Amino acid sequence: MTDHDSPQKIRAEAIESLLIDKGLLSAADVDAVITTYTDRVGPMNGAQLVAKAWIDPKFKAQLLSDATSVVNAFGFEGGQVDKLVVKACSPQDHHVVVCTLCSCYPWAVLGLPPAWYKDPAYRSRIVQEPRLVLSEMGLSLPSETRIHVWDSSAEIRYLVLPERPAGSEGLSESELAALVSRDSMIGVARVMI
Amino acid sequence: MLEDFLILEGIGAPPMANGEIVFEAPWQSRAFGMAQALCQSGHFTWDEFRVYLIDGIARWDTKASSEDSTSYPYFEIFLDSLAQLLSDRMILLNQEVDERSEAFAARPHGHDHTH
Repeated sequence: MTDHDSPQKIRAEAIESLLIDKGLLSAADVDAVITTYTDRVGPMNGAQLVAKAWIDPKFKAQLLSDATSVVNAFGFEGGQVDKLVVKACSPQDHHVVVCTLCSCYPWAVLGLPPAWYKDPAYRSRIVQEPRLVLSEMGLSLPSETRIHVWDSSAEIRYLVLPERPAGSEGLSESELAALVSRDSMIGVARVMI
Repeated sequence: MLEDFLILEGIGAPPMANGEIVFEAPWQSRAFGMAQALCQSGHFTWDEFRVYLIDGIARWDTKASSEDSTSYPYFEIFLDSLAQLLSDRMILLNQEVDERSEAFAARPHGHDHTH
């Protein structure tokens, strides 16, 4: 942590502990707000796009050809994306996203980036040894699957369209969206049923 | 759920980069989380908090232009604004915060604990 014992860190901690002592707040309440931004609201926007693309081939084609227009037409809160590119996974090709320079991330569709996304080790190693890094993160890909690593920048953001899981044929669009994890849209996990 | 995002636009919005909110340290997300949680539990409204935030930003702007500083410490202002609002509402006095901050600052190195 870069802010270890900075005056602001100590002050924020003091305020939180006092509010907890007074019963006005719990650490879980604060966690819940942060989680809302990191894991739920943001990624749900991306998950809606993925689920819709799975059931609607025309929408999928639009998403792959001009994701920026599609996403901006959805009017997600929290700002427009300048340029978004969607990459579809298949048994032959797997896509994974990184930002080697900093932590550029498609906030409007994925919420706040996970801590590991900003980690220097992920940012350098996913480029050098993607197959190994993905397997360490729990995603083992067959050797015949090509892995494409996409480097985000301030100008262009990537979203991965994961493969639709087998056995999900009977599910509705909203049921499908609920299956789509944030990590699967970064390309470091499969969608599991 | 969407009302959570109102704060991300307009005057007093946090630092954004291409639609992303930018936290540079964990305490910044804690401060953000505290303010939102207190709003959600009805201790104040976001608009009431934003008055303090805008005032703090304006004061910083005045000071910064005279000192020619370039950095924009949004979350420092955010934390100060939260503390001041809590003190004005008698929810948490500045003195209490100062005392606990001093106590925390005096902790031995490596005191790390879990929340």
